[in-house]
Amino acid sequence: MFGEVTLSLLKGFGITCEIFALTLLFALPLGLIISFGSMSKFKPLKWLCKVFVWCIRGTPLMLQMIVVYYGPGLVGQWAQGIEDPGVFITWFASWTVFDRFVAVLIAFVINYSCYFSEIYRGGIESIPVGQREAGQVLGMKKSQLFFKVTLLQVIKRILPPMSNEIITLVKDTSLARIIAVYEIIYAGERFIKAEGLIWPLFYTGAFYLIFCGILTLLFGYFEKKLDYFRG
Amino acid sequence: MAMLEVKDIHKKFGKISVLKGIDFELNKGEVVSIIGSSGSGKTTLLRCLTYLETAEKGTVYVDGNCVFDAASEKHVSAQEARKRQLNFGLVFQSFNLFPQYTVLDNVCLAPKLLAKDRPDYKANKKAILEEIEENAKKLIERVGMTSRINMYPCQLSGGQQQRVAIARALALNPKILCFDEPTSALDPELTGEVLKVIRSLKDGDCTMVIVTHEMHFAHEVSDKIIFMDEGVIAEQGGPDILDNPKSERLTAFLNAFSQ
Repeated sequence: MFGEVTLSLLKGFGITCEIFALTLLFALPLGLIISFGSMSKFKPLKWLCKVFVWCIRGTPLMLQMIVVYYGPGLVGQWAQGIEDPGVFITWFASWTVFDRFVAVLIAFVINYSCYFSEIYRGGIESIPVGQREAGQVLGMKKSQLFFKVTLLQVIKRILPPMSNEIITLVKDTSLARIIAVYEIIYAGERFIKAEGLIWPLFYTGAFYLIFCGILTLLFGYFEKKLDYFRG
Repeated sequence: MAMLEVKDIHKKFGKISVLKGIDFELNKGEVVSIIGSSGSGKTTLLRCLTYLETAEKGTVYVDGNCVFDAASEKHVSAQEARKRQLNFGLVFQSFNLFPQYTVLDNVCLAPKLLAKDRPDYKANKKAILEEIEENAKKLIERVGMTSRINMYPCQLSGGQQQRVAIARALALNPKILCFDEPTSALDPELTGEVLKVIRSLKDGDCTMVIVTHEMHFAHEVSDKIIFMDEGVIAEQGGPDILDNPKSERLTAFLNAFSQ
């Protein structure tokens, strides 16, 4: 029985890891873009980003997932009632049959990139102006200044809050079961319904613990790597 | 011809006028010290020269070429602005070394990045980079930091950091080197070693603008003293104006200092 449960949970854990990895892959760069937007001198863009971040951070991820998954369908239903829905609404409604996994991914990427963007912003704004000015009087271009001077200092500063957020992401993946994506908790729960066993659900905790343990070690390693300078 | 000509520089922050028309000239190889109480506009003047602030009015000429004209500043491309910027080097009060680079890399970074714009960069990459490093090592020797060439800024004292910052500014061969209170963040012992380096630069024919509170040093090293008060030059002249001030304001300022 134990072997059977482990296999089944491993399968679910695979999905968990997939959500985790793909979310990071897209949300890390997207977050940087949003953070640039929210620091922009162009006021409308700045406020657009701020309002967007507010909406995403101000509502539960679970709700966002449900909206992403069911929202287009509702629009589709409503569009059927209109005589001439127009190109945009037709296109939007054509998303009705969303892949569950894609819906989860979209919600997660949007949600996490907003959190990441605030961490990036905090990191970038915490770099003393003197660094930028020093680069400027040395004739550096803006991009050179960012990549050669600021970036590594930002990474060093945001590593602790980033690791926090990323470890939270590991556990947030369990929300995916709300729209019936077969991740590890979902896999564990099935044994309650099918066999009346509760321990497989408890057992899932071990998977999370090990995964987060590895991540903790990894972040510790990176922090140590950047220990050679202060600032 | 004057190396540096500053004409009628005006600068406001919001409604407050910080600079109300600054004019001065400086010949090649000369050193000018700008003194005055805090808030008199010394640092702002330096920041206007080095493009960290944009003056609302006025012009700056270096070596006969216009490097700043408030009237046409908006039409200057970013590339042109960076080129003009390189006429000036700046040493900061708070050093502002790049913490993630060693002493050598701090000095080399900007020249190496600039070299990428050279048309022959790809063909002679290795030779160019070697030349930059050689030059950097010479500068580091000049400021007496050779033994710490592979250390990071956090491993250095304030005085040592400032000496590296001077080498870094020199690495781009600026026509005019500016110092913004280079010793204000240092204790008296460390101040000495930084002033020694600046003194040695004077012998090397460097044209320098120094904002400082070190009156003795200003007296000794300067060809010219500018005393600023409330956004204008209240008095200027040779170093002897520190012994025999003509204006009341400078007299009062120097009295406050000697007490």
